Amino acid sequence: MSATIVDAVKAARESGDYQAVLESIPYMKFLGLVVEADENGPICRMPGSDHIIGNPVLPAIHGGVVGAFLESTAIMHIMWSRESLHVPKIINLTVEYLRSARVVDTYAQAVITKQGRRIANMRVEAWQADRAKPVAAAHAHFLLPREDA
Amino acid sequence: MDIDPNSLTWADKLGLMLANGHGQSKALGLSMESCTRDRSVLRLPWQEKLVGDPATRVLHGGVITTLIDSACGFALMGHLEQLGDIATLDLRIDYLQPAAPDLDVFAGAEVYKLTSSIAFLRASAYQTDGDPIATAVATFMLGANAPKYQAKRG
Repeated sequence: MSATIVDAVKAARESGDYQAVLESIPYMKFLGLVVEADENGPICRMPGSDHIIGNPVLPAIHGGVVGAFLESTAIMHIMWSRESLHVPKIINLTVEYLRSARVVDTYAQAVITKQGRRIANMRVEAWQADRAKPVAAAHAHFLLPREDA
Repeated sequence: MDIDPNSLTWADKLGLMLANGHGQSKALGLSMESCTRDRSVLRLPWQEKLVGDPATRVLHGGVITTLIDSACGFALMGHLEQLGDIATLDLRIDYLQPAAPDLDVFAGAEVYKLTSSIAFLRASAYQTDGDPIATAVATFMLGANAPKYQAKRG
């Protein structure tokens, strides 16, 4: 069934490289996401490309894709921090659009604001050239997987 | 196919714009189900590449986010009856239940308040049974990127 993602998470626990986990999730692969990490957890990168454009005039990345990128980064953070074999389920998401997101590399990193037994409250920020000038930020709640093998 | 541009309604034009789409709308294959001044509905065809959890084949929440954001944008342009220079200020979505695999998803959106610079919208996403899988509220800015742009109040 999901042997791919389970194998990928198990391998990532050994290597610390979560790219294979990300690529076992079709939509994250579709967005072309790349995951790296620092001591605070995964940093996801979304390369600028034509297929993520929302406004062709500016041009700018689609606002929905920015939201999807923030959510994906939060998911990767939870899977990294809990070494979870399962993808957490999103409950709700609030995205604040702070600046127009140009069609260049965009980065995001999440923090767990509060983690209970069942629920994680997350904060995620996305930036482009300058981390001090975020293009978007989100708050989200996730339902955590019950059992972690 | 011969189309007389003068015979097209505003909704037709928005529908054609989406059908001849670019970027993310094209990549997702979004199409317009309906568009009036009061409400616009977009359709997302089921695609395996949009799955967010390979164990359950449920769509990634981000796909629903993008569908809803697009539906809000078209609802606003349908309401304004012009190609507004619009930008999402914020978007809040509740994911009520997972999308059932293999089924298309629809998102309907409506403007419930318009000021000279801000539009307030609500939206929901659903599948064939009409039971909502997500509900949302969004705030859009008008004249987001061009100071000269003035929203025409209809």
